[in-house]
Amino acid sequence: MAIRVNLITGRTIQQGVSMEAGKEKSAYTAACGIIELDPTDFRKLGAFRGTNVRVTSDYGSVVVKAVEATQGPHPGIAFIPMGPWANMVVNPNTYSTGMPTFKGTPVTVEAAKNEPVLNSLELVRKGCRGELA
Amino acid sequence: MSRTVTDVICPFCGTLCDDIEVVVSDDGKELHEVYNACAIGAEKFLHSQAKDRITRPRMRQEDGSWKEITYDEAIDYTARMLVNAKKPLMYGWSSTNCEAQAIGSEIGELVGAVVDNTATVCHGTSLIAVQDIGIPSCTLGEVKNRADRILFWGCNPAHAHPRHMSRYSIFPRGFFTGKGHTGRKVIVVDPRRTDTAKIADIHLQVEQGRDYELFDAFRVAFKGEHLPDVVAGIPKEKIYEAAETLKSGRFAIIFFGMGVTQSLGKNHNIDAAIAVTRDLNEYTKAAIMPMRGHYNVTGSGQVWGWLFGFPYAVDLSRGFARYNPGDTTANDLLRRDEVDAVLVIASDPGAHFPFSSVKKIYDLPSVAIDPHETPTTEVCRVHVPVAFVGIEVGGCAYRMDNVPIETRKVVEPPEGMMTDEEFLGRVLARIKELQGV
Repeated sequence: MAIRVNLITGRTIQQGVSMEAGKEKSAYTAACGIIELDPTDFRKLGAFRGTNVRVTSDYGSVVVKAVEATQGPHPGIAFIPMGPWANMVVNPNTYSTGMPTFKGTPVTVEAAKNEPVLNSLELVRKGCRGELA
Repeated sequence: MSRTVTDVICPFCGTLCDDIEVVVSDDGKELHEVYNACAIGAEKFLHSQAKDRITRPRMRQEDGSWKEITYDEAIDYTARMLVNAKKPLMYGWSSTNCEAQAIGSEIGELVGAVVDNTATVCHGTSLIAVQDIGIPSCTLGEVKNRADRILFWGCNPAHAHPRHMSRYSIFPRGFFTGKGHTGRKVIVVDPRRTDTAKIADIHLQVEQGRDYELFDAFRVAFKGEHLPDVVAGIPKEKIYEAAETLKSGRFAIIFFGMGVTQSLGKNHNIDAAIAVTRDLNEYTKAAIMPMRGHYNVTGSGQVWGWLFGFPYAVDLSRGFARYNPGDTTANDLLRRDEVDAVLVIASDPGAHFPFSSVKKIYDLPSVAIDPHETPTTEVCRVHVPVAFVGIEVGGCAYRMDNVPIETRKVVEPPEGMMTDEEFLGRVLARIKELQGV
């Protein structure tokens, strides 16, 4: 079952710590290759916590792990920490300000149990070479 | 044996904490422990000691593998790339010192580059708003000593600036704020119930992207005028309550972050935020401050302010400085295919730009200057590792309130590694040779 939610991105302390420890490490993927969903949205999605999901917007698509939001409740809002996973799907339009629209991208989330979450270097490398599904 | 270096500056976020203590070996080559820093700052210090750190420049081969090259080769490649390009983009600058930024600016002038810093995806829209209507601001010391009404709008310092609340905004006891946090009222505006919102007296859970309406509602509420029952998802009673709380203080400070700058409305949201601050000054003293992210993003704005008159997105390709956000900003240039080479320094657009822009960097001749292995180094043709500024080399950095602070060197970089300043200095000299100037 796919759900529609409003995606925002931003910092988390885990994002900051794992970023400084090395973006090639698995801790960075664990901290940022996730989507935080509200419990009510989890119910609509009909997936277990910790399931991989595919997040798709008008601008791209990415596989991340769905986790329950710790900074909530916020029904209808999903959160991916700032990083390459979020940036696969955010709205890159700057509307003549220079600033891409990192917050407030409508996205579809659907379970993708068998698709892996790539690490940050793999994700950009494969994306640049056009090797992503 | 080891010794402790005190009063070290943390080179992570714009709070630029200046009370860090670092334990280093007697010969100054190894860093053992870090005290007082937040989890992120401590990790940054400790990561400089990583055993798998890349210490020599490398160039990507046809098959995608890396080949180690010398600094001389990297300098020559970088200089030639910039000289041969019609309009190179020199992006980043926010995690290095003002000295390196000054040399980079000279290079930019010589080769006719566009120089842009990370404000472009951070507080760039705030800078536009400040140029539009000015900003009533203050220093963090004034916040600590005077502020009794703290408003965090679209920012989450508990996660992004972990020691901001304890050093400056909520908890410290200052000269006129002797009761510490019990004498302060905290208001948080955020579409999520963030960890910062959880400690606030009032949390306004604004509907995402409706900040402008709520700012306007505050201006109405200050005057006691009529509001609709619900504005931006908030019942009017809560807005009147928050407005009254702000008015009743002796010194109110508004801190704002990416929630305001990156949502639709962008610079107009900040126009409204500054207008709210101005209106609040009818009733009490009020100031507003952007929560700057990189520890020296403010400094790069300052350096270009002195040199070119503009704080970011400076286009030098016509031989004089032009500035037009939306036109001369990094993402717009990449989206429109307007640059033909990219130099990235002290930042990570590979991780923090929308992917469509990252792909453009991958398609162009590109050099990344960064101590870490990052998604940016992954897409650039040449990666030049350098010493960590603020850990392995000192230099000037500007705190989020525009106060310059001299960062300290606490430990030696791995042998034979260059600093940003040395590398850029050598590139500048090579460019002058190539151009015959």
